[in-house]
Amino acid sequence: MKTFFEKVWQDHVITSLGDADLLQVDRLVLHELSGSQAVRALAEANRKPMAKEQVFTVIEHLISTRPGRGPTESASKSGPIMIETTRRASIDWGFHFIDYNDPRQGIAHVVAPELGIAFPGATLVCCDSHTSTVGGVGALAWGIGASEAEHVLATQTLAQSRPKTMRVNFDGKLQPGVYAKDMILALIGQVGAQGGIGYAVEYAGEAVRALPIEGRLTLCNMAIEFQAKYGFVPPDAVTLEYLRGREFSPKGEIWDAAAAYWLSLATDPGATFDLEVHVDCNTLAPQVTWGTSPQQVTSIEGSVPRPGEAADEKALGYMRLEAGTPLAGLKVDVAYIGSCTNARLSDLRAAADVLRGRKVAPGVMAICVPGSTPVKAAAEAEGLDRVFIDAGFEWHESACGFCGHIGDNRFADLRVVSTTNRNFEGRQGPKTRTHLASPATVAASAVAGCIADARSMTLSPALPQGGGSHTSPRGSA
Amino acid sequence: MEAFIRVTGIAAPLVRINIDTDQIIPTLFLGGTDAKGYGAHLFHGWRFLPDGRPNPEFVLNQPPFDRAQVLLADRNFGCGSSRERAPKALREFGFRAILAPSYGGIFFNNCYRNGIVPVELPIEAVREIEAEVDANPSGQVTVDLESQRVTSPSGESYSFTAPTTLRDMLLAGVDEIELTLGRQSEIEQFREKDRARRPWAYL
Ligand code: SF4
Repeated sequence: MKTFFEKVWQDHVITSLGDADLLQVDRLVLHELSGSQAVRALAEANRKPMAKEQVFTVIEHLISTRPGRGPTESASKSGPIMIETTRRASIDWGFHFIDYNDPRQGIAHVVAPELGIAFPGATLVCCDSHTSTVGGVGALAWGIGASEAEHVLATQTLAQSRPKTMRVNFDGKLQPGVYAKDMILALIGQVGAQGGIGYAVEYAGEAVRALPIEGRLTLCNMAIEFQAKYGFVPPDAVTLEYLRGREFSPKGEIWDAAAAYWLSLATDPGATFDLEVHVDCNTLAPQVTWGTSPQQVTSIEGSVPRPGEAADEKALGYMRLEAGTPLAGLKVDVAYIGSCTNARLSDLRAAADVLRGRKVAPGVMAICVPGSTPVKAAAEAEGLDRVFIDAGFEWHESACGFCGHIGDNRFADLRVVSTTNRNFEGRQGPKTRTHLASPATVAASAVAGCIADARSMTLSPALPQGGGSHTSPRGSA
Repeated sequence: MEAFIRVTGIAAPLVRINIDTDQIIPTLFLGGTDAKGYGAHLFHGWRFLPDGRPNPEFVLNQPPFDRAQVLLADRNFGCGSSRERAPKALREFGFRAILAPSYGGIFFNNCYRNGIVPVELPIEAVREIEAEVDANPSGQVTVDLESQRVTSPSGESYSFTAPTTLRDMLLAGVDEIELTLGRQSEIEQFREKDRARRPWAYL
C-alpha cells in the first residue's frame, strides 16, 4: 500500500545517495528571471544541455503586460538583458520556446498544464517557488534554485532528500461563493506559514474531488506559502478529461497506456501518511489576509485579531491596521486580478459575475492581467474583456505583471486587494499593503471601494450598482 | 562549490519568524544574469532608509555586526521565493552560517550551493546564543560542519545534524555537476528503461 507520492518518487530514483536520491527530471521549465542565470552559468562552464527536448522556456516574469508590448519591454531595468539572454540560449540550444508574442504564452505555471507540459506522475522543476501549482494535474513539481537548474540542464537529474508525507483532507462541500483560494488560505491559517516544512502534501477529500482542475491548480499553487515544496492532487477522471488532446499530451495508443498508468498512481486505500490534517469546508467563508504572512488570515466576516506574537505586531504596523477593525469595509486603493494563483478562465468568470452591470468605485485602480494568452483569448471570446473594461478595469496582456515588484511603482504606498499568493512586506511595491483574497472578493471590493463580501452581490437578486461607499458593498453610486 | 569546514566569527541577531527571501533581497534587485552583485542589496528594505542612507536602527548597520559571519534567526527563515540571490546576497555580505529552528526548503538547498551552512538549532539554543551576544557583541561563535557543533562565545556547545549528502558535498567543496556526470552510464541506463515504460515522458 503506497501513497501517490511514494509511487511517483520511486519511479524516478536513478540511485540512492544515502539520505538523498538522485532523481530523473521529466520536465525543466525556465523563465527569464532565474532561467537566465542558469543558462549563463551552464554556458560559462562549457557544458551543454543533456535533454533539450525535456526543457521548456516561457517569457513571462519581467516582460511588460502593456497591450502592444515590445519583445524586451519590461518595468525592470535589467529586464531586457535577462529576456534576451534567456531567449537566445533557448533558441540556440533548441528548447521548446514560448516567446512573448506566442499565442501559447503566459505565466509558466498556467501554461504548463494548458499545453500538457505537466502530466500526472511527472517530475517537473522550475526556478520558481510556485512550481507546485502543476501538482493540480497530478505532477510532482517543485521549485528549485538556479544552481539546481544548471544541474538539471547538464544532467536531467537532481539530488533531493525525500520529504515526509502529509494528507490534507478538505472535508464536506463548499458553500456557493467560496472558492479554492478560500480553502488554501484557511488551511495556511490553520497550520501556519511553516506548517509544511519538510512535507510533500497531498490534497484529498470530498471538496477537492469536486474541484475542477483550475481550482486544484490554485490549491497546489500556495503549497509553498506554508512551506511545503510539493503539493498535488493525484490524477482522476477529471484530470484525464482535462489533459486529453493538449499539445504535448500523448496521443493514440500511448495516450491509452498513459491514462491507465496515471490512474494507477492514486494513493492506495489504507496507505498511511506521516501527518493527516482536516479542514471543514461546510462552514468555510471567504478568507482575506490582514498581515504580511499568508498565515495572518481571517474570514471576511472577521476582524483584525489581537496580536499573538511580536511578528503580528510588526505586521499590523506595516499594514497600518488596528486590532478589532472588521476586514469588510476596509478602504482599498487597488483591486488586482492576476498571477499563477488566480487568473485562469474560471477565476475571470467568477470576477466577471460580480462585475457585470456594475462599476469600480471612484478612486480605485482596478487591473486584470490574464494568466495566459490563451486565457485572455478565451475570455475575450466570451466577452469577459467587455465586462471588465465596462466596469472600469484595465485589461492587460498576460505575464506575471504586478504580482511582484520589479520596478513599476504604481502600487507604492497603496492598499491592494489582490488575487495573488504573497502579502509579504514590499512584495507588490514600496510600502504596498497587500490583502490576499479570491477573484470574487477582489471584484466585489473593486466595486465597493472597500473589502467586500461578493456573496452579497452575486447570491441575491441584482442590486443597483455599488460604488462610492466604503462601508457597504451595496452602497449606492 | 565553495567548501565549508568550520567558521568562527561574530553573530548578528535577527531573531524573527518567517523572514522571507523578498526581505533578504527584494525582487527589484534581482537584475542581471550575473552570479554576483547582490550583497549590496541584502535586507534592502530594512537596511536602508527611503533616501538610501543606512538605517542606523538595523542590526547589520551597527558595528561589530556589520562584519558578522553568523546570523541568528527564528523559524521558517528564507521562506517564500526560490531566488538563489538570497543566499548569494548573504554570502557576499560575509555570512557563512545561519542558526535558526527551521528554513524554507528551497532556500535551505540553495545555501549549500553557495557556501553557507543553514544550521537547524532549537529556538531555545538560538535564544541562549542571542543572550550571550547581547551581553558581549564581539563574542565569537564557531560553526563546525565537520563535527556538527556550534560553540557559543562562552564555550557552550550545541550539536546539530546536517543532511549527509549535502554536508559531504560542502565539506569537500565538490562540483556537483561533475559528480553527477560521473554517473552518466547509470543515468542513461535508467532513461532507456524508463523510456520503454513511460514513453510519454520523453518527447
Ligand atoms: S505570477 Fe507571481 S507568484 Fe506566480 S510565478 Fe509570476 S511572480 Fe511568481
